[in-house]
Amino acid sequence: MVRLQDLPTEELFTSGHRLCAGCGAGTIMRMTMKALRGPTVVVNATGCVEVASTIYPYTSWKVSWVHIAFENTAAVASGIEAAYKVLRRKGLWNKDVDVIAIAGDGGTFDIGIQALSGALERGHDFLYICYDNEAYMNTGIQRSGATPHGAATTTSPAGRKIPGKPEFKKDLIGICVAHGIEYAATASPAYWNDYITKVRKALEVNGPAVIHVLAPCPVGMRFDPSKSIEFARLAVQTRYWPVYEVERGKYKLNIKVPQPKPLLEFLKMQGRFTHLFQPEAQRELGELQRWVDENWRRITALCGETT
Amino acid sequence: MGRVMGLTGNEAIAYAVKQCNVDVVAAYPITPQTIMVEVISEYVYNGEMDAEFVCVESEHSALSACIGASLTGARVFTATASQGLALMHEMLYIASGLRCPIVMGVANRALSAPLNIHGDHSDMMGSRDCGWIQIYAENSQEAYDWVIQAFKIAEDHRVLLPVSVNIDGFILSHSMERVEVLEDWEVSKFLPPRKPLITIDPTKPITVGALCLPDYYFEMKFQQIQALKESFKVISEVNAEYETLAERKYGFLETYAMDDAEAAIICLGSTAGTAKAVAADLRSKGKKVGVIKPWVYRPFPEEELVKALGDVKALAVLDKACSFGAPFNALCSDVITTLYRYGKDLNVFNCLHGLGGRDITPSDLKIIFDEALEVAKTGKKGYVKYIGVRE
Repeated sequence: MVRLQDLPTEELFTSGHRLCAGCGAGTIMRMTMKALRGPTVVVNATGCVEVASTIYPYTSWKVSWVHIAFENTAAVASGIEAAYKVLRRKGLWNKDVDVIAIAGDGGTFDIGIQALSGALERGHDFLYICYDNEAYMNTGIQRSGATPHGAATTTSPAGRKIPGKPEFKKDLIGICVAHGIEYAATASPAYWNDYITKVRKALEVNGPAVIHVLAPCPVGMRFDPSKSIEFARLAVQTRYWPVYEVERGKYKLNIKVPQPKPLLEFLKMQGRFTHLFQPEAQRELGELQRWVDENWRRITALCGETT
Repeated sequence: MGRVMGLTGNEAIAYAVKQCNVDVVAAYPITPQTIMVEVISEYVYNGEMDAEFVCVESEHSALSACIGASLTGARVFTATASQGLALMHEMLYIASGLRCPIVMGVANRALSAPLNIHGDHSDMMGSRDCGWIQIYAENSQEAYDWVIQAFKIAEDHRVLLPVSVNIDGFILSHSMERVEVLEDWEVSKFLPPRKPLITIDPTKPITVGALCLPDYYFEMKFQQIQALKESFKVISEVNAEYETLAERKYGFLETYAMDDAEAAIICLGSTAGTAKAVAADLRSKGKKVGVIKPWVYRPFPEEELVKALGDVKALAVLDKACSFGAPFNALCSDVITTLYRYGKDLNVFNCLHGLGGRDITPSDLKIIFDEALEVAKTGKKGYVKYIGVRE
């Protein structure tokens, strides 16, 4: 674990960006930059963070930062990592470079999953961070493979016939771990120490590492922008967002939740779930609760916990 | 004379890539380009080439990885064909927009549907507006020579644009030919290690690929337009320097028997070889015909084309890709536009040929030459013919 007083005061993700008030992703970027250990190149997928932090001729980044496109962040990171490797071998470069790929859930769960899988399989030495705000928030709140069951988005609206997204959230960490990578973890910005520690740990890994972090989005999830961190904490405390890590295939639960808060408390603070509290949506609400329970049971079992 | 090797088009390109001391190759296999990446893999795995070969999971990732690698200052190569180039389409524009001097070998192949693995130019012509310098080789020798020159052109700070070197699928990619190669030290002298203008060196941080809204985007694109214009000068310089080294002369286009020609064929790539042979035969029978073969398709060499035309009266423009619904196919449209801009009123007709690898034979070309000679007299023009198709 890190100590607050040991964190660098220098901000490598600076203010002046145009992320929304209360955006969790901005906080996550700032915390990520606090965990760096040396020369770093950030590769950023198209998405909220990208469009809001680098509107030409301005930039919020004090590290080298590259945006190429939406679906290829891991592939671009592969190329950068490979290039520094060979340049170093040829004596044309003489420093360690950390490569961090950053993408949202759309750029990771959906359109970028192939490039991510390829890069993990090839074993490039890089860290991939997925900041998950559970929908395509940048383009106006469309559902993604990371959107939870029942959530209303603009492409899974709370309709009279279909009340929000019928499908369930994809297991990103499970997919990544299946590639046999050395390190994968989930995180929540409410637990800053856990997150920063994990970023640093992931950078230390020789080979690919993945961090999946919950990114509260007041606009898309529809909650009070002053409550982002509260949201991020409640997600963990209701067991909605298990915080765990997988080192060389070994699962460990980082934040234990012996006495969970009611899931309803978490759902009720979000406009995207309002319709689930109508009498006719009782079934959906029950299914979401069952998914959360089952996911928690599955993860804790993998972690060897008995809850 | 240089050392002589027997090389297919694919092998000639791979051999040139090895000699160019490329740092990163990211590629995905696709017929008929596969041998290009197989040979490069052998070089790397046998320790004959000190490069990182990133064997990616798609062509989209191939070019994505190349862009990333190129931004570090590395010398970068990729290769593809057909569907692969189509899958790269999005990245083609980003490679040129971010001014990455990547060189790509393309073994031109038809686009599906229906599925077809044989050679035509649908792939590169479908991406002709992507801001890359585009070169078409007639044979393995030209493919080899152009790859070496391509890096020098691409990496020149007045250009900083990607270059594609195109060879006809199977016709060139898989045909073994006599190729004169340079010695490694000669290539190294001609093409020293890349000196990047600006890189993503993390000790001097920069932001690459920012969001440019209507207040700046147009200027970025205008700079690309200027760089392509600037590349004319650089291509000429590189051709001249290469000639002193290799004793082989290159330029924007090659002319054959054009001096007093009355009618001519303009075509890209391997078709020109057959056209020249047929022209030679017709010349021996007293028919005044010639051939113009653009090596450089983008930027389009208008001035050189007009100069090459001389007093020719009629032109048959041979296209190997269909521009569906357009008045003419791509090369013909460019030729006619050039004539218009230079106030030249020639009798031009367009021949669409070779789709899906259909052979264009000497007798097909003889008929086209004869028709062009006829058109020179009659003044009939502006029509499109389909060569060898069962209508």
